[in-house]
Amino acid sequence: MERLNSIDELQALRDRMVADRQPDRPVMVITAGTCGQASGANDLIRIAKRELLANGLAETVGLRITGCHGFCQAEPSVLVEPEGVFYPRLGIKEMVKLVRAVSRGEVLEELLWRDPKTRRRVAKQADIPFFAQQTRTILSHNQKVDPIRVYTYIGNGGYSALAKVLWTGEPRRVVQEVKASGLRGRGGAGFPTGRKWELLASQPNGRGRVLVCNADEGDPGAYMDRSVLEGNPHSIIEGMLIGAYATGATEGVVYVRTEYPLAIKHLVIALRQARELGLLGNNILGTGFSFDIEIVKGAGAFVCGEETALMRSVEGERGEPRQRPPYPVEKGIGGKPTAINNVETWANIPIILSGGAAAFAKTGTPGNSGTKIFSLVGKVKNTGLVEVPMGITIGEIVSNIGGGPSGRTAIKAVQTGGPSGGCIPASAFDLPIDFESLAKAGSIMGSGGMIVMDHRTCMVDVAKYFMKFLKDESCGKCFTCRKGTQRMWEILDDVTSGKATPEQLDLLEELAQVVKDTSMCGLGQTAATPVLSTLRYFREEYMEHIDRKHCPASVCRSLFAWRIIPEKCPGCGLCIPVCPTGAITGEKKKAHVIDPLQCSKCGACYDVCNLEAIVGEPVAEAAR
Amino acid sequence: MITLTINGIRATVEPGTTLLEAAGFLGIEIPTLCHMDGLSPYGACRLCIVEIGEPPPGKLVSSCTYPAQEGLKVRTGSARVIRARRMILELLLASCPQSKIIQDLASAYEVRTQRFRQEHEDCILCGLCVRMCAEQMMAKAIGFRGRGEHRSIGTPFDVPSEVCRLCGGCMYVCPACQLRCTYHEPDKAICGACANLSAPCLEKPKFDDLMCYMTPCVACEIRKD
Repeated sequence: MERLNSIDELQALRDRMVADRQPDRPVMVITAGTCGQASGANDLIRIAKRELLANGLAETVGLRITGCHGFCQAEPSVLVEPEGVFYPRLGIKEMVKLVRAVSRGEVLEELLWRDPKTRRRVAKQADIPFFAQQTRTILSHNQKVDPIRVYTYIGNGGYSALAKVLWTGEPRRVVQEVKASGLRGRGGAGFPTGRKWELLASQPNGRGRVLVCNADEGDPGAYMDRSVLEGNPHSIIEGMLIGAYATGATEGVVYVRTEYPLAIKHLVIALRQARELGLLGNNILGTGFSFDIEIVKGAGAFVCGEETALMRSVEGERGEPRQRPPYPVEKGIGGKPTAINNVETWANIPIILSGGAAAFAKTGTPGNSGTKIFSLVGKVKNTGLVEVPMGITIGEIVSNIGGGPSGRTAIKAVQTGGPSGGCIPASAFDLPIDFESLAKAGSIMGSGGMIVMDHRTCMVDVAKYFMKFLKDESCGKCFTCRKGTQRMWEILDDVTSGKATPEQLDLLEELAQVVKDTSMCGLGQTAATPVLSTLRYFREEYMEHIDRKHCPASVCRSLFAWRIIPEKCPGCGLCIPVCPTGAITGEKKKAHVIDPLQCSKCGACYDVCNLEAIVGEPVAEAAR
Repeated sequence: MITLTINGIRATVEPGTTLLEAAGFLGIEIPTLCHMDGLSPYGACRLCIVEIGEPPPGKLVSSCTYPAQEGLKVRTGSARVIRARRMILELLLASCPQSKIIQDLASAYEVRTQRFRQEHEDCILCGLCVRMCAEQMMAKAIGFRGRGEHRSIGTPFDVPSEVCRLCGGCMYVCPACQLRCTYHEPDKAICGACANLSAPCLEKPKFDDLMCYMTPCVACEIRKD
C-alpha cells in the first residue's frame, strides 16, 4: 500500500475509487459476521466464488463479503446490489441458483423474504418492515464496506471526516461540534461525550493523554459493539483519530474481549492498513499530527467493562473497580488523563463531523440525540440488531420492527440494559426510549440489550438468571455486591422452588436496596435492578410462587404440572411423539393423559398442541 | 486546604484526606473492617459508608476511599446509613459468625439475629492481609484469586510461597482471624490474639489437633464440658 502524504492524496485516492466504480454491475453482498458465519455464510462465499470463477462471471458479477447487517433471523443472507434485493436464509443449492440468476439480472421470486403477516414476498431490503422502520445511520455502512479492505471504506467516504477535521479544524472547534451534537455515551451511563472530551482537553498535558475504545461488551444477548467492530473497524479508528486530534491525546487503546476473535482479526488488519496508508502513527497525512492505537484483549471478566476496572486491566492488574473521584479523565491509565468511550459512541463521531452537529441533532429528541442500536432478542418474530432514533417507544420497536410475539402468548415485558437492567411491563410500552425515561421506569439504557418476554417467561426465573450471572461476575471486592448478589440469588432460588416465605421477600427487597446503595461501581449499584424492577411490576407473580406454590408461566419445574384438559383434547396424538420421557398415553380420538411421575416438564407437548388443551397448573390441583 | 461539613461540623483538612480521616480528626467514629492506618485505602467491607450531598436523596460512599472535597456535606449517622450498615452487619454475621470483631460490631448496632442461611466462612475478603503483605512487608506472597463467589485469598497456585517470611503480619491484621487454625505449619504461626468464643474446630473436625498450639485453647475448654 502506498503511503498517503497529504489530505489531497487521500482525496485523489477516493476519487479514483469512485471513478472505478461500475454502478450498474450487480454485486452480491454476503453477510459474514460471526453470526453469519455460524449460520453458514462461509459455505455461501465458497459456492459464490466457485460459481463465479467456473462460469467466467467474475467480471460481470461482483462479490462483497461484509459484516453483519443486523437481521439475525434471516442469516445467512445475500443482498444483491444495486437494486437491493434481499434473499434470506440461503442454503448451498439456492446459492448456486442465485449466482446464475444474478448474472442474468433475474430475481428469484421463490427465495425472497416472505412477510409472515401478509404472506406476500417482498423483494427489496428497503421494503422489509424490519429494515424500513429503522434509521440505520451506523449499521447501513456495514453492508457497504468490506471490513478487511480499507479501499471500500475510503471509497464510501471513509476518513473524509478526519480529512475535514485536519484541514479546517481547530481542536477546540471539534470538541464544540461534538458537544453541539448532543451525543451521549452509548455505553450505558449516557455521559455527554463532548463534555468528556472537553474535560480531557483541559487536563495538564504532562505525560500525554489516552483515549480508550471500550469493546468489552459482556451483556448476555447484546452484540451491537461486536457487529460494528467486525463490520466497520475503520469507523472506530477514524472516530478515535478525530477524538485524539480534538483532545490532544497521543495514545489509543481498544479494549476488546478475547471472545470476539473475528472483531480482533478485523481490527488488527484495519490498524495495519491504516498505518500503511499513513492514516495512523506518526505524521498522519503529512499534517504533523500523530496518534497510534493498540489492542488490549480482555480476559473475559464482565466487570472489566466498568471503566476503572478496564483501566486496571489495561495496566495489567486485576480487573477491579476503584473509587471515583479521581475520575479517569483526571487520573487514568498509568496516571495519565484518560477518556473512555464505547464502540458505538466512536462510530458516531465520523458521522457527526462529516454531516455536522446540527444534522445529527435532528435525529432523536432534545437531550437524547442520534440513533441507538439495540439487540432485539427473545420472543419476537424478527430478532436482530435494530438501529432506531432515540425517543422511539418500546412498543414501536417490539411490534413494528420486531413483528410482534413469536409464540402463542402475548408479550409480557421487555428487559433492557443487560444483566443490570430491569424489566419493563407491556403496560408501559408507550415509554420513549431515552436515558431518563428508562431510569424513571426502573430500568437502564445500558449498552442496548433488549430481551422480549411473553407469558411463558417467569419473571422470578428471569431475575434469578440475571442474579446468577451477576453473582458469578461480580469482582468480589465490595462485600455487599459479592455477598449481596449471592444472598439475593439464594432467596430467588427459594422462591422458584417454593420454599420461600413472605418475610423472605421483604428481606430480598431490603437487601436489594442496600446492595444498590452501598456498592462502589456501576455493576454493584445496578446489580439489584433485576430484582427491584421485577418486584415493582410483577410482585403478584412472586406472591403466586410463595402463597400458592405455583409458577403461572409454567417455568419453575417444582411449582407446576402439565395437565391435559379432557374436554379440549381430540386425541390427535401430536403430543405423544414429542414427549422425551414417554409420559403421555392415550388412544387415537380419545383424550390423552400425562403421567405426572414421568413428566420432565419440558413443555414440548405444550408447544405442539394447537388446541390449547395442555395447561400448566399448580401441582396440587393437577394431581386431583 | 479543603473545608467540608461533617454532621454539621465544619472541618478543614489537607487535599487528599479521605472522609474517614477527616471524621477521625473531629472524633467521629466510623466502623470499618478493611481499613488500617499505614495501608492503602481499599473500600471492600463497605461498613464505613457515609451519606454525602444534599438530601434527599444523598449518595452513599465508602468514607475510607472517598476524598474530601470543598463544600461537601457528609452525614455519618443518617437513618439511611444506619439501615445499610445494619444490613451489612447482618450479612457479615450470616457468613462469619465466629469473628469476635464482627459480633461486637453487630451488637453495637443492635443486630441480634440474621435472617439468611447460616454459613461458616473464615474470611470476609477485606484484603487487609494482602495489603499488609505487599505494602508493609514488601513480600507480595498472597493475593486475591478468582471473582464473584469464587474469590479467595492465597498464594499463587496454592503452592507455599517462596517469598513468605512467616512474619505473621497477615494474621495480625485479620479481623476474622482464623488463619492460625488453617495454617499449614501451625507451630510456626503467630497468633493474632483474637478472642474467638466459637473456634472453627468445633464445626470442622480436621482442626482437632491444630488447636493445641493455642494456650489456653478455647475450643478444647469448650469440648471438655
